[in-house]
Amino acid sequence: MALQSLDITRRSATTTPSPGQRRTVEVAKLIDVSKCIGCKACQVACMEWNDTRDAVGHSHGVYDNPTDLTADSWTVMRYAEVETDRGLEWLIRKDGCMHCSEPGCLRACPAPGAVVQYSNGIVDFHEENCIGCGYCIAGCPFNIPRLSQKDSKAYKCTLCSDRVSAGLEPACAKTCPTGAIVFGSKEDMVHHAGERIADLKRRGFTKAGLYDPKGVDGTHVMYLLHHADRPEIYCGLPRDPSVGPMVDLWKGAAKPIASLGLALLWVGALVHYLTNGPNEVSKENEKEVGE
Amino acid sequence: MKPDPETLPRFTASERVNHWLVAIVFFLLAFSGLAFFHPYFYPLNQLFGGGTWTRILHPFFGVALIFFFGGMFFRFRKLSKMTPADREWLKHARELAKGDERNLPEAGKLNGGQKLMFWSLVTCVALLVVSGLVIWRAYLSFLFPAGVVRFSAVVHAAAGVVMIGLIMGHIYLAIWTKESIKAMVGGRVRRAWAKQHHPAWYRELTGRDK
Repeated sequence: MALQSLDITRRSATTTPSPGQRRTVEVAKLIDVSKCIGCKACQVACMEWNDTRDAVGHSHGVYDNPTDLTADSWTVMRYAEVETDRGLEWLIRKDGCMHCSEPGCLRACPAPGAVVQYSNGIVDFHEENCIGCGYCIAGCPFNIPRLSQKDSKAYKCTLCSDRVSAGLEPACAKTCPTGAIVFGSKEDMVHHAGERIADLKRRGFTKAGLYDPKGVDGTHVMYLLHHADRPEIYCGLPRDPSVGPMVDLWKGAAKPIASLGLALLWVGALVHYLTNGPNEVSKENEKEVGE
Repeated sequence: MKPDPETLPRFTASERVNHWLVAIVFFLLAFSGLAFFHPYFYPLNQLFGGGTWTRILHPFFGVALIFFFGGMFFRFRKLSKMTPADREWLKHARELAKGDERNLPEAGKLNGGQKLMFWSLVTCVALLVVSGLVIWRAYLSFLFPAGVVRFSAVVHAAAGVVMIGLIMGHIYLAIWTKESIKAMVGGRVRRAWAKQHHPAWYRELTGRDK
């Protein structure tokens, strides 16, 4: 992502404002799980557009292929067979970066500008600034970023920030044959989801709802779930994801305060030396031992 | 060259070499670690060839510390055993800081403060090593769930700060207590110095009170 951006709201490991003169509309991708048929066209489109090619893996006897996200596979379909009140259901969730409003990866990253958040809500990795420490992996409440074996940089879904900045929708949304992936302003997507939820409820999915978790201040990839009361049945979608108290401690006020504490130690040492003087051998001892 | 008979041997050559190897590795670790501690310190990565090199090197410095600090641990753990007299000494440390030594119990080869420093550093290094291995993303982090990695990152940062603070104190006290650096450089101290700061050790070594 070498192009200069003037719509950055936040930048990792940066304590001064980022270039954010340009304001953009907050966007969102809505993944309607009730419409998904698990065709994996989104996975293909993602690799096509981003020009990544994952290694050919092995069949593990399940549809999940590849079985997990990698530095080349920024989105994967996850398949779950679940017994619900409606009988056996096949729940298919397109996994990938959620583009949190409060991104744990960005909070955790120690390299200035390796993770940025645009004013449209997209969270993007700038790999040329990445040092490969993997703190983003520890900070992410959704277990999304992956370190490349090739270059030790972290990669994940960009929400096609390059396409979006040119007024296009993400490649996965463009290709989805059933319209399960739609893209637009966050406001419109929430509104659209409301209509879909009403429709699903009429069809007997009484617990249908929108997954836009408040713990990370909402996301810019949202799921429409037919069982929104049980997100974890969708291959472990976290019920209440948050950046968490550990990352707050790790990356919050504690460190500036500790830095100040260390600086004050210098000052304290200086003051002590100047007020008490050095601790020297006393005259009596010099005399006694010298005798 | 024969050692000056007016001086007493305090630290052996191998103890001194070990100490300074730990010191060098400590500084490498502190500067490379601070680079990731807070953006204020990120420019320190330039000392090591940039952010990525700093990320690569820091854990290997840590491996070196395991060996060197381990050496110090086995050399000094018996000598650092806390006695009731050491605890009494610590109670009067504040008076010593003000230059008043009247109520200070006689210190042995190491005083209570030095022993406390030793065990505090041992605790910090143990915490840093264990938490550091967990957050070593290139080789080990994949073995642990995210929650454990997050917790370890907090422990690592906290123990790192405490250790830097302890070493700053250690350096200051070495500067403040005149002639003590000589003990760790040349290995010998003047008799008067020994009697002043470590009277019990002085008596043990010379068999006399004066």
